[in-house]
Amino acid sequence: MRSCDVLVIGAGPGGLAAAFSARKAGAGDVIVLERDRKAGGILNQCIHNGFGLIRYNEELTGPEYAARAISEASDSGAMILLSRHVSDIRKENDGSFSVSAYTKDGIEVYRTKTIVLATGCRERTRGNISIPGSRPAGVFTAGVAQNLVNIRNVMIGRRVVILGSGDIGLIMARRLTLEGAKVMAIAEIMSEPTGLARNVSQCVQEFGIPLYVRTTVSRIIGKRRLEAVELSDLDRDGKVIPGTARRIDCDALVLSVGLIPENEVAQTAGVRLFANNAVDTDRYLQTSIPGVFSCGNSRHVMDLADYVSEQGELAGRNAVHLINDQDMESWDEEKSNCMKKGFPEEGSVTCTICPNGCQVVWDEKAGTFSGNRCRRGARFAMEERSNPVRTVTTTVKTMAGDGPLLPVRTLQKVPKDKVVELVSELRSVRVEKPVGNGETVFSTDIEGNHITVIATSDCGE
Amino acid sequence: MRDVHDVIIIGAGAVGCAVARELARYNISVLVLEKECDVAYGTSGRMSGVVHAGFNNKVGSLMARLCVEGSNLFEDVCRELDIPFRRTGKVLVAFDQDDMRALDRIMAQGKANGVKGLRLLDEDEIRSIAPGVGGIGGMFSERTAIFDPFEFCIAHAENAMDNGVDFSFESEVTAIRKESDVFSVTTSKGIFKARLVVNSAGLYCDKVSAMAGVDKYKIYPCRGQYYILDKVADRLLDIPAYPVPKPGIGGLGVHLTPTIDGNIIIGPSAEYLDDPDDTATTAEVMDKLFAEAKALLPAIERRYIIGNYCGIRPKQAPESEGGFRDFVIKEEETCPGLINLIGIESPGFTASVPIARMVRDMVGSHMDLVPKKDFNPVRKGRVRFRDLSREEQQKLIEQDPEYGEIICRCQNVTRREIRDAIENRFGARSITSIKYRAWATTGRCNGGYCLAKIVDMLVRDYHMRPEEITYRSSGSELFSGEVK
Repeated sequence: MRSCDVLVIGAGPGGLAAAFSARKAGAGDVIVLERDRKAGGILNQCIHNGFGLIRYNEELTGPEYAARAISEASDSGAMILLSRHVSDIRKENDGSFSVSAYTKDGIEVYRTKTIVLATGCRERTRGNISIPGSRPAGVFTAGVAQNLVNIRNVMIGRRVVILGSGDIGLIMARRLTLEGAKVMAIAEIMSEPTGLARNVSQCVQEFGIPLYVRTTVSRIIGKRRLEAVELSDLDRDGKVIPGTARRIDCDALVLSVGLIPENEVAQTAGVRLFANNAVDTDRYLQTSIPGVFSCGNSRHVMDLADYVSEQGELAGRNAVHLINDQDMESWDEEKSNCMKKGFPEEGSVTCTICPNGCQVVWDEKAGTFSGNRCRRGARFAMEERSNPVRTVTTTVKTMAGDGPLLPVRTLQKVPKDKVVELVSELRSVRVEKPVGNGETVFSTDIEGNHITVIATSDCGE
Repeated sequence: MRDVHDVIIIGAGAVGCAVARELARYNISVLVLEKECDVAYGTSGRMSGVVHAGFNNKVGSLMARLCVEGSNLFEDVCRELDIPFRRTGKVLVAFDQDDMRALDRIMAQGKANGVKGLRLLDEDEIRSIAPGVGGIGGMFSERTAIFDPFEFCIAHAENAMDNGVDFSFESEVTAIRKESDVFSVTTSKGIFKARLVVNSAGLYCDKVSAMAGVDKYKIYPCRGQYYILDKVADRLLDIPAYPVPKPGIGGLGVHLTPTIDGNIIIGPSAEYLDDPDDTATTAEVMDKLFAEAKALLPAIERRYIIGNYCGIRPKQAPESEGGFRDFVIKEEETCPGLINLIGIESPGFTASVPIARMVRDMVGSHMDLVPKKDFNPVRKGRVRFRDLSREEQQKLIEQDPEYGEIICRCQNVTRREIRDAIENRFGARSITSIKYRAWATTGRCNGGYCLAKIVDMLVRDYHMRPEEITYRSSGSELFSGEVK
């Protein structure tokens, strides 16, 4: 049996930050248990950019953000143990906890003074929302689709309808489009998209994908494989308006209909949950069981990995404060709520420099920009007017890594209208030898500018 | 495979598999033809998982007699074939005095059918047996049980296979001809011949019979929709709870049943359809189901719902008639050698082994049934890691480290169990077949965590291309191919 001061369950952004900050705050042994074979959690399949603007002050892809968080945690002396599937938490008489985990070497038991739960969330499914119709092959949640497309090299379909406009759904709309699928429609039951404005702008509007609000999938059609879905308009109470159904032929339906905090492990310890499965913590992120903390999406689903990390840090620090009998610090719930969601305002440019999504408007008369909270917004809007550019993220095929795909991005920004071309060029690139995160895998010239494509994750030895 | 089999069984549902296993005891050659890629893909895989005691069926009917017989021997069969089984008992819940009066009639019917262990319950008694259940009183049936319907079919088919029965899957019967006492059965996989044909085609039994020239049956498909609840709700109910059945509705009413695995299911509805394949769910019926279930068990909440499915009953009684029409189990005079099993709906699963014995006797009137000396009645089921003690789990992981890797987090299914499921005896590699065996993808995340991992195993370890991976039988390909 191994003992530690802080045991963190889950090596996603929250757990890694908790481990790192617990060590920094002076904890002795800190152990992170991760059920996957790789640390980083869901970030590994989020190959797109947009991470790290708050935490690292630069724009990173999911795998790059994960790599930083992993190094921080390991460099701090925390021990990250992979392929460990925690089954239960038991409170011992001396106030400590035993945590059991399945591993390939048998069932391990850890004894710890405190626990930080960072178990993330799962997706709401077709079963949860009871979409009527048949049950053919071809219905996927957005996260599963993302995993299949970005990690397993499996394409889910060629004509796709997306239900729900949460961020993963929007991101997948762009991803699937870049991989050659046609996204026929995005249907959202609310009157506004639920994802960030920057994603609505960059992932949907930019590709001309129709997004229908107050609309739902009222029926799934197809016996063996999905043939079509029926979209219907909804009234103000969210009920289907009869007679509005229209059929859209498709071979895949992607559901982005919400996330549910994953707290089955927490429940074995008796941690009190809300009806939506979120954890009832105090402002110090401590659960109803003293000594057990919760952070990130398993506590309450958050919009940004950066905030998950920040909250993880606080949970890890407070665990140490508790051990040392010091005052704990509070989490500011308001902090993560400043981002623009829904449709971008008409006539404005959605600044995508950071997740705030400022709606920047050019005032012709005054000759100035307004709506931007910082100077970067004006610069971005200016560039959008003259020469819009994007960082391109995609995958390339590899024979050198554990999996079939390597996530990559461009080092330089690429003119907006050349993005599709570049991604299709990258489809034929093969990485045959091991490469490290940040190393060049491909380069080309676009309109006289040199474009370097780099790996965003280690691949091979 | 032989040129001419002694018996061809059409359909690998519960009854077809039970007949196959029964005939496997004797020195005859038997072939099972199934249109899907695996057993239990039709009605048998889409039901409540309840072993009925036999009080619902009309006195003197085949349904009543075979149900009671089947119920009495079910536990022994499950033990022999290692099929999960639990004698839970069942409550019928009465909501008003009419229901209470109906219970007297049901009690009397049950007694006349030879059902033991029935007693009336007052309000306090029903609460003590099934806390949380509504109603003003009811009836308790001690003999009613729950079991794993998938494993039942798999176990019977595996044991039949072990004892020499051949199976041909994805072999849809399209024509039957009889020439000089030999049936030629044309399928999508070629022509098979046999001296006798057992028509156990469930929803398609009328059509199969007509192919053989006996065009006098009509099946009225009657759909039943179900909801599945998360395991977090399992504490709410550990015994099947049914309403008192109303006459003429064509089913037993919307009920709540704990499955052998701990998920409560709600259903089924009763809707007559034209299409025997239309397993779609509808919003209206799902809402109604939930409301009726809530009357039975007020504590259930919508957020517990993790899935829904449909089963279709092969009814002989049209909607206008309602209710049940008795099983037809007979060799057709106009087509000697054709043994028809028509309208095997509820309680057909419970009655499957007695039906198989009746079929055996009919077969015996055509040929000498010499018991095989080496018939092995015992079949060992699969490891259910999650049900084992910690010590047993530890031992298994020491034997094979793949037991230490949880692939399905909701149901705690290990990589090794998935592998065993993939390597099943029937060569069925669909996600549904893996689900039937390992129970992966059935939990609250609907495969959100494990589907990609299972796909990865199929691609890497079993060298399947993504576009070859199916959800059910062929035609249900899950993916369009590789991304790049």
